Amino acid sequence: MKQGSSVALKVMAGAGFVFLYAPIIALIVYSFNESKLVTVWGGWSLKWYVELFRNEQIMSAAWVSLKIAFISATMASILGTLAGFVLSRMRKFAGKAMLTGWVTAPLVMPEVITGLSLLLLFVSLENMFGWPAGRGVTTIVIAHTTFCLAYVAVVVQSRLASLDETLEEAAMDLGAKPTSLFFLITLPLIAPAIISGWLLSFTLSLDDLVIASFVSGPGNSTLPMVIFSKVRLGVTPEVNALATLMIVTVSIAVIAAIVIMHRQNRFKDANK
Amino acid sequence: MLSKLRLGRTAVILVPMLWLAAFFFIPFLVVFKISLAEAMIAVPPYSPLLQWDSSNAYLTFKVTFGNYLYLFESRFYLDAYLSSLKIAAISTFFALLIGFPIAYLIARSRPTMRTILLALVILPFWTSFLLRVYAWMALLKKNGLVNDFLLATGIIDQPIQILQTDFAVYLGIVYTYLPFMILPLYTTLEKMDLNLLDAAQDLGAKPYQSFFLVTLPLAKPGIIAGCLLVFIPAVGEYVIPALLGGSDTLMIGRVLWDEFFLNRDWPLASAVAVVMLIVLVGPIMFMRNSNKEAE
Repeated sequence: MKQGSSVALKVMAGAGFVFLYAPIIALIVYSFNESKLVTVWGGWSLKWYVELFRNEQIMSAAWVSLKIAFISATMASILGTLAGFVLSRMRKFAGKAMLTGWVTAPLVMPEVITGLSLLLLFVSLENMFGWPAGRGVTTIVIAHTTFCLAYVAVVVQSRLASLDETLEEAAMDLGAKPTSLFFLITLPLIAPAIISGWLLSFTLSLDDLVIASFVSGPGNSTLPMVIFSKVRLGVTPEVNALATLMIVTVSIAVIAAIVIMHRQNRFKDANK
Repeated sequence: MLSKLRLGRTAVILVPMLWLAAFFFIPFLVVFKISLAEAMIAVPPYSPLLQWDSSNAYLTFKVTFGNYLYLFESRFYLDAYLSSLKIAAISTFFALLIGFPIAYLIARSRPTMRTILLALVILPFWTSFLLRVYAWMALLKKNGLVNDFLLATGIIDQPIQILQTDFAVYLGIVYTYLPFMILPLYTTLEKMDLNLLDAAQDLGAKPYQSFFLVTLPLAKPGIIAGCLLVFIPAVGEYVIPALLGGSDTLMIGRVLWDEFFLNRDWPLASAVAVVMLIVLVGPIMFMRNSNKEAE
């Protein structure tokens, strides 16, 4: 009986994994398709990759997106680390409940609402103070920093919650000042969380279509905006090639990170 | 010395707080303000609430609830809200149905296998959301792989319309949000004390009984967290209905988008957003409270 149910479980879970991966694999295979008709197989070819790198609109949008993602992820990591630190290490202060709400709400907030509200803020600010003058990279960076900050804060907060506070207390007893305590003890301990928060922010920013569409200005199309305008009209082989490159790059990075973390954990377990 | 410490502490608290106040909280107030304005052809395209008439020194304050009245009077918007809630709820249910066995299997695997399976769940989460939705377009087309497969196996005799239907939207939401369902489920299932299952078995419970009477109640926090993480963003989803749905697939996120970008009616789009927020405040508060309980 027990054996039977575990086979059923494996079949169900296996079907779930097929569901998760079949579309991605199909996309990758078809990116090597010679034929312009995406779903008709015309033999293996790298033609669409060549086309992709010749497409200046896609290439310049990719550059804009990478720039925005780099700046937003960096700013979000700094602000998010502060927020996560404040929430898990500081005892009661006025507005703590409010800050908790502001940090968790962006994680589930529908993007159309975040995008619209930030755009209206920028327009009102421009009317009142003349800043930000027009919309473009700056406004997208502010928007992305805000929603990525929440992700970093959550990751850092959970890392801090799982950390032994005795190390920090010992340093304090030995007379470490708060700033040196933070930079010499706490920061190195939470560095892995900050790095994964940065990487997560980078990919989220690189992927965002809806919020960027609201807060970007003319001539500042990000990569997702260009992809969206292309695929709206149907399936295009260049986008398949682009998708394959992005998915393969991200997969290698994620797998490498997991393998490294797994090895470190085993090393730690072995030393116990 | 102490005051310097205080100052530093306050600064550390204030920096993230001010950023979130300025770029997360205040924008909602601006949306609310503009939802009370009237659309007009101007830059920006709405009427000011406060106006100073310098010729006769009048300060006029003008607020209209017309946008909200319009939302409630027109069947279209009400239908869009209801249909979004329905689509999000049904998708959440199927995500739970598909996600639970996966989370359960991962939680019961040996450590190395667990790392591998967990990585397989997290990997799609890191790859582009937009591109994963796009991947389904090629599969669901009239001459796409799904139709080819159904034709080849003889289930259908001629290609059926799958892309641009509500079904494709359900599929897209379940697919893209599945990792959000699996991860919280996995976290609670992994913490579960397996001795309880042995105890239930010793007391004569059949496997399905111990599943429904022991495992499921213990997994409740994960089920609630997973469902909310899927449901709340799915209600306002724009990309999935825009790419996979038909022109008759009504979802409120898409309505808001069109109101803003196509009709350029900013006040009405703001009113749509305010009502959507009011609808979602309940689930969001519920999520925060269940988070607190979990801590």
